Amino acid sequence: MKRKHKRLTFVIIAMALLGIAVGLVMFAFEENIVFFHSPTDIVTKQPGPDKRLRLGGLVEDGSVKREAGTAVIFFKVTDLENTVDVRYEGLLPDLFREGQGVVTEGRFQGGVFNATEVLAKHDENYMPPEVADAIKKSGQWKEPAGDGQSKPEGESSGY
Amino acid sequence: MADLHRFANPTRFLRLAGYIQPWAAGIFFISLAAGLYMGLYASPGDYQQGESARIMYVHVPAAWMAMFCYTIMAVASAVSLIWKHPLSDVAARATAPIGAAFTFLALATGSLWGKPMWGTWWVWDARLTSVLVLLFLYIGYMALQGAFDDRTRAAKASAVLALVGFVNVPIIKFSVDWWNTLHQPASVIKMGGSSIDPSMLWPLLIMALAFKAYYVWVLMIRMRTELVDNKVRIMRLRQVHGG
Repeated sequence: MKRKHKRLTFVIIAMALLGIAVGLVMFAFEENIVFFHSPTDIVTKQPGPDKRLRLGGLVEDGSVKREAGTAVIFFKVTDLENTVDVRYEGLLPDLFREGQGVVTEGRFQGGVFNATEVLAKHDENYMPPEVADAIKKSGQWKEPAGDGQSKPEGESSGY
Repeated sequence: MADLHRFANPTRFLRLAGYIQPWAAGIFFISLAAGLYMGLYASPGDYQQGESARIMYVHVPAAWMAMFCYTIMAVASAVSLIWKHPLSDVAARATAPIGAAFTFLALATGSLWGKPMWGTWWVWDARLTSVLVLLFLYIGYMALQGAFDDRTRAAKASAVLALVGFVNVPIIKFSVDWWNTLHQPASVIKMGGSSIDPSMLWPLLIMALAFKAYYVWVLMIRMRTELVDNKVRIMRLRQVHGG
């Protein structure tokens, strides 16, 4: 009985210490674990033109412009506080649209984020098209983009 | 504990497992058929993702099972380390390949979904990376179990690995809340109710039941096989020594 208790205490203490150690490591490396930076991060920190990084946020409504005759596309990424201009040349994923979450990878050069890759970020809402229409009609729809309306729940931590 | 020990007797367990096994198989086949029918035919597509959203009926239950199996493995390993119960090591060892298969399934289906939706097969964000680490933990656990000739030493070493690796499970679950990731936050299990329409939530939950029943079914088969295998080995040893 005594040895069983000893082993039990040992396992509990070891697991607790391990948990704390891993927690501290995660906390210390937070900067490296985050997948993307928000427009506010970019605006406040002003990364150098050679630093490759990811910028994530919402594609601002009405900001998507295509250059005629080329695959070049301009849009603005916002976190509802700050906005960064993005230039990208290439194919866009299916879910890319205005008001949707997006993660772009590239360099911040001369006030413009030159993206080499654009990934769409899906949100956690799943619903049939009819339901989405019905919600939109009833005026309950919470548009994620910045036209003054509130953000949907759960998104606040992401952007 | 006294009551649990009654079932922990391997002979009694064999009888119990023989009883549970056909029931688990039945629940698995019925709920799989119902879940697939509801998920693939009798439910709507998503307003944004269209038909691609249906991958979640396999992806989400597989990911849940990946974490569930590891949790079972860690608990069984703790029992094996602390109370030295032989059945708990058998349970942990039998769970590992099932959990690894679920983890692989979650990664593969997620990748198939990620290409059209995100625009990439794979990214090194916190959720995806931590699930990949989970797969490596399962594989490492199985390798360690097989690396010793002595079963007791194998049980001890691999139980320590399973427990140390358990820190990864809460990291997987909360990775989408703690850091910004490309992977979306939780839809079903979260504060303030799930953000998934009931017409899609039901097939998802039925598929989750099917996957859980599958785990119980295969676990029973694997544990019975291992226990019978042990018996045969002991009988052979007796023949050799006592012959």
